[in-house]
Amino acid sequence: MAVKLSRRKLLATAGAAAAMSSFKINVARSQETPIKIGFPVPISGPYGTEANDQVRCAQLAIDWFNQESPRKAELVVRDDKLDPGEAATRTLELIESDKVDFICGSLSASVQLSVNQVASKRGVIYNSISQSDSINEASDFTKYTFHEALNPHMTAGAVARYVFGQAKGKKVAYLIADYAYGHEMQRGFRRVASEMGMEEVAEVRHPLGTTDYSAFFPRIQAARPDILLVVNFGRDQLNTLKQATDFGLKEQMQIVYPVLLDTQRIAGGFDPFEGVIGGANYYWTLEDEFESAKRLNDAYRAKYPDQGVPSAYGALGYAGVYGILKGVKEAGSTKTDEVIAAMESMKYDAYKGEQYFRKCDHQAVQSVLIIKAKPESEMRNQWDIFEILDTQPADEKFLRTCEELGHKA
Amino acid sequence: MTLDLFLLQLFTGLALGSIYVLVALGLSLIFGLLTIVNFAHGQFFMLGAYVGAFTLGFTGNFWLSLIVVPIVVGGIGMLCERFLVRPLYGRGIDYPLLLTYGLGLILLELVRIIAGTQGVPFNTPRLLAGAVDLHFFFFPKYRLFLIFATAVILLALWILLEKTSYGLIIRAGARDQEIVQVLGVDIGRVWLIVFGIGVAIAGIAGVLAAPIRGVFPEMGVPVLVEAFVVTVVGGMGSLLGAVIAGLLVGVTFSFTSFFYPEMATLSMFVLMALVLVFRPRGLFGRAGVLG
Repeated sequence: MAVKLSRRKLLATAGAAAAMSSFKINVARSQETPIKIGFPVPISGPYGTEANDQVRCAQLAIDWFNQESPRKAELVVRDDKLDPGEAATRTLELIESDKVDFICGSLSASVQLSVNQVASKRGVIYNSISQSDSINEASDFTKYTFHEALNPHMTAGAVARYVFGQAKGKKVAYLIADYAYGHEMQRGFRRVASEMGMEEVAEVRHPLGTTDYSAFFPRIQAARPDILLVVNFGRDQLNTLKQATDFGLKEQMQIVYPVLLDTQRIAGGFDPFEGVIGGANYYWTLEDEFESAKRLNDAYRAKYPDQGVPSAYGALGYAGVYGILKGVKEAGSTKTDEVIAAMESMKYDAYKGEQYFRKCDHQAVQSVLIIKAKPESEMRNQWDIFEILDTQPADEKFLRTCEELGHKA
Repeated sequence: MTLDLFLLQLFTGLALGSIYVLVALGLSLIFGLLTIVNFAHGQFFMLGAYVGAFTLGFTGNFWLSLIVVPIVVGGIGMLCERFLVRPLYGRGIDYPLLLTYGLGLILLELVRIIAGTQGVPFNTPRLLAGAVDLHFFFFPKYRLFLIFATAVILLALWILLEKTSYGLIIRAGARDQEIVQVLGVDIGRVWLIVFGIGVAIAGIAGVLAAPIRGVFPEMGVPVLVEAFVVTVVGGMGSLLGAVIAGLLVGVTFSFTSFFYPEMATLSMFVLMALVLVFRPRGLFGRAGVLG
């Protein structure tokens, strides 16, 4: 008995010692190896302006985490060149050779699907920060997939309900970039249009990468729409609006974008955007309403004094990395399954009020802003470019149902 | 399709075609006289837009940038000819082709490093902003100016080549360089200048396109493809061919945009294929330019 006891004691002591030493090793290791977040975004190419701001803002989320965490986080940025193949290669490289713990990033529907595939196959959590409907659908979704960005269904839906409700007439025309983003947005607009009895008078699908849109305008002008819904992104948006202004389209119809880019208005002059209405995930004046927006803006102003305020897509870069690191904090671990569980159950206020990831498809349930480009005469400074007309609240009823997306309820 | 719609679409096509004409003209000029396929042409177009944007930024004067661009970009072109292309003369057509291809990549990366990957703004000059009433329809002033500017450049080039003694030497050099050398003309200098002019026109095209398309590092990439399509349709080395084909491609793009917008980009390649089926040397191509 005594022998037994002493053996048990011995075992217990040894066990405790072993646990102690392994704990010590863990602590030591965690202090030297940072949590790495791979960040593939299209730094070069037509969405470069947005991507560069995403990098700036993502770094702020890293800073936020590092302030109070003993184990530091680190951002590993890669240029995906807006190409699905390039993005897949860079993502694989991030996972295999840079040994990143998480992936966040991408700025195109097709690119994010390719990043998602690579990350999911390797069992790495991926938080996407650009628009896509199909990433929520059962065929592309895995448990590793999170979607911090808005999706076309909720964005186009919010914009359409507002704009059609205010419209002078019923005639609607579309000018759509001929790829997934354009098609998904148009589907969102059309759904609301048929509910609200709008009449479609013209549809023009332009090839992606068009530099001159003028040849598409006469067909649209001839149809005499009250509203022109334009779906394209980045530099294409600026060129379209520049050329539409030159051709006098804005005097004949209300131009509407599902996503109206602050970055492009600031980069390319103010005139082309004047009077255009669109949707957005964020605009910096939200700081009057939300503490979290103020926190992001202040951090941005302090770190990048000559860049003004965070852009809407930049803020997504912040929220994407914030969401993952918040999950790490809640889980108290970087183990994939524990972080997934934490992210699924947490409520978080990254930058514009409370959000959460819906359990079935990991879509961030969040607000959508309706914004209008101010005339230059009413701007108080170069960052004062939009007014917020309306806000669609964060509510699951604006998303497609889990069943509709093919998930088991 | 009503008459006013037809005319609007036609004018739009001509304005589009003007840019095609200018980029193809420089490419064709260099090929026709030096038998060099300049793969860096699109990047000289891009350089033109950047030099224009910086001139505009410093001076605020769009017209000044139209003068500065051809001088600076043409000068860079002449340096490239003198120190990079010249050692390769007489080594076959593929040597300068590979060289200019690499040169294009280097120019692109240099601009990304120096001016950033995001591009720089370029607003339409105030005087040319807005639209003008052409009785049938409203048309942007700047695009009318673009058509006009292209016509002026064509006229100047025509006078240079056809009405001056220098043009005579250039044309003679293109026909038979040995005889011209025997007559005591320094043919190397002629080629230097021709290369410079071709590149300068690409630069002007870049700054003229800037208020419409914006200024960014990759803007020259599609332009090289477009310029090649136009040059092939018009006939390699034919200046008249470049002009006619440039306008034809612009108008084809414009009308395809009206009837089948999804096919707009494809239309120029279909046109090229059709032309090559019926006229393998292009509309105005000479026999044996590549032989």
